[in-house]
Amino acid sequence: MSDEMTTERGPGLVSSLGDVARRRFESKSVTTPVQGVGLEARGIHAWFGDRMVLEDMSLDFWSGTVTALIGPSGCGKSTFIRTLNRMHEFIPGAAMAGQVLLNGEDIYSSGTDVTKIRLKIGMVFQKPNPFPSMTISENVLAGLKLAQLKVDNKDDLLEECLERAGLWNEVKDRLSSYGGSLSGGQQQRLCIARSLAVRPEVLLMDEPCSALDPGSTLRIEETISHLAASMTIIIVTHNMQQAARVSDYTAFLLSDGGPGKMVEFGPTGEIFSRPKDIRTENYVTGRFG
Amino acid sequence: MSHAVLSAAEGAIPAKREITTKPRFSDRVFRAVVSSGALSSLIILGLIFFFLAFQGYSVLRSQGLHFITSSNWQVVTDTAGNVDPKHTQFGIAAMLIGTFLCSLIAIIVAIPVSVLAALFLNFYAPPVFKKIMVAVVDLMAAFPSILFGLWGFFVLMPSAEYWAKLIHHFFGFIPVFQVDPPIFTRSPFVAGLVLAVMIIPIITSVSREVFSQTPLDRIQAAYALGATRWSMIRAVVLPYGRSGVVGGAMLGLGRALGETVAVYTVLNIVYQVNWHVLLGAGGNVASMILLKFGEAGPQEIKALMAAGLVLFLLTLLVNLGADLVVRRSGGKGR
Repeated sequence: MSDEMTTERGPGLVSSLGDVARRRFESKSVTTPVQGVGLEARGIHAWFGDRMVLEDMSLDFWSGTVTALIGPSGCGKSTFIRTLNRMHEFIPGAAMAGQVLLNGEDIYSSGTDVTKIRLKIGMVFQKPNPFPSMTISENVLAGLKLAQLKVDNKDDLLEECLERAGLWNEVKDRLSSYGGSLSGGQQQRLCIARSLAVRPEVLLMDEPCSALDPGSTLRIEETISHLAASMTIIIVTHNMQQAARVSDYTAFLLSDGGPGKMVEFGPTGEIFSRPKDIRTENYVTGRFG
Repeated sequence: MSHAVLSAAEGAIPAKREITTKPRFSDRVFRAVVSSGALSSLIILGLIFFFLAFQGYSVLRSQGLHFITSSNWQVVTDTAGNVDPKHTQFGIAAMLIGTFLCSLIAIIVAIPVSVLAALFLNFYAPPVFKKIMVAVVDLMAAFPSILFGLWGFFVLMPSAEYWAKLIHHFFGFIPVFQVDPPIFTRSPFVAGLVLAVMIIPIITSVSREVFSQTPLDRIQAAYALGATRWSMIRAVVLPYGRSGVVGGAMLGLGRALGETVAVYTVLNIVYQVNWHVLLGAGGNVASMILLKFGEAGPQEIKALMAAGLVLFLLTLLVNLGADLVVRRSGGKGR
């Protein structure tokens, strides 16, 4: 203990989060081998009107891994994640530069069917947003209808998705009640199940637990861990503990009043125990942000 | 001591307190102003109702149910010019059915057009074009109805006659589309179309407003699932806006039921129940009142007041029914 206190960069909180991350890394590396690059961001810049909010983000997201994006509010995390499945362009005045490669192909290249891109790169939002006019099962299968996909056995898919989202046991007896009747945490897991039903390769999660209680947060973190084996997950979070618990890699973004930039990227264990940049260390130890 | 008192009261459920506040003077003044504004509209409506009921009472009493079930409208006078109450008959069945038919046609035509127009303006139109169109649509909603009537008579009717002939040719086997004798002008169909054009701006305006309030997170959720724009609209926007569309349709229907001048210009008013919408013989309560008012004697005026009362009640009934529909279908999708 005294040893750690005397090291240059090793205050208590950093090492404890580092431990959390390391434990997770060790337990995971046994079970899931890395399967290659799923999604690559190349030189992403983003603007709202004339204001540049994100500068030169380049990141590789490996299949079968969870990458956490951390950083203080306004550093461009959400903007970045929204450029990854072309949700960014819905905001009036929004613009971007750079490339996002899914399996080597630029999702912004002209002639791309953007609806197909969003099928492969799913998204879970900050606020649970089930469709209130649909029942629980209709919500889960909504993507099939929206994207006009055909599936042989809907019941199997329904059960599989709810099972993977950790919601099946809670809702299996009331699949035909409306989505709005669930609690906030259940609604969020319903939204996760809904995005799984179209079988995405990548799942983007934009602060999925920030509106939820600790119990629901835990359930969703378990869900993320289960899902990570079969897909690429990118999660934006304000919760450092969460980043340490669920992610394999962490990127730290920061804005000094101008556009947000990436300060540091690396294995989560290293970001939390041996950050290379003093700003990262200050942030993960809670000195600012 | 105080402990003893407390413990004695323990367990007993206290009486509910009445919670009061003393409003400030300015608050009370404002409350009075607002309430009188709200009440005055109610009072005026009530006064109109009582005026119509008072004027029309004697006719309604003497005619009884015949007033709304028969279609005879004749004032019989004796040689001295006095009204003969025994043979004088007032019945507005044909007018009521005509009103119903015209409004129904108007609503059937107007709702799909309006909903599509509202969706176009919200989700497809380029921003500049949208701005111009929204202004135009709102202006159209406030257009004087006689202009719609004139336009309907000179421009729409010749085309509508042709469409009516087409419908008759292909669907003439359906009873309501039969035309005998072959008179296609000034039919309920034409009047309904003119009414539709009149109420399309109203329904479009209300629907567009409701559609534009669709929660963004639901729209994004749909897009994030790979929805096309149209499938997003079907899954999110339409369920959310449904009750608003019904509300707008009811506003439009209210206008269609009571429309006088535009219908008067393009409809041939005949005192005979006619269910054949393409045939140039129809009825309309409001237009009939306008038609008869100029030359009516005192007794007939009373009958017209009674007709007005029926129209008043009909409009009220339709709005109540619509309210019920909205409430039943509301909630879901919201």
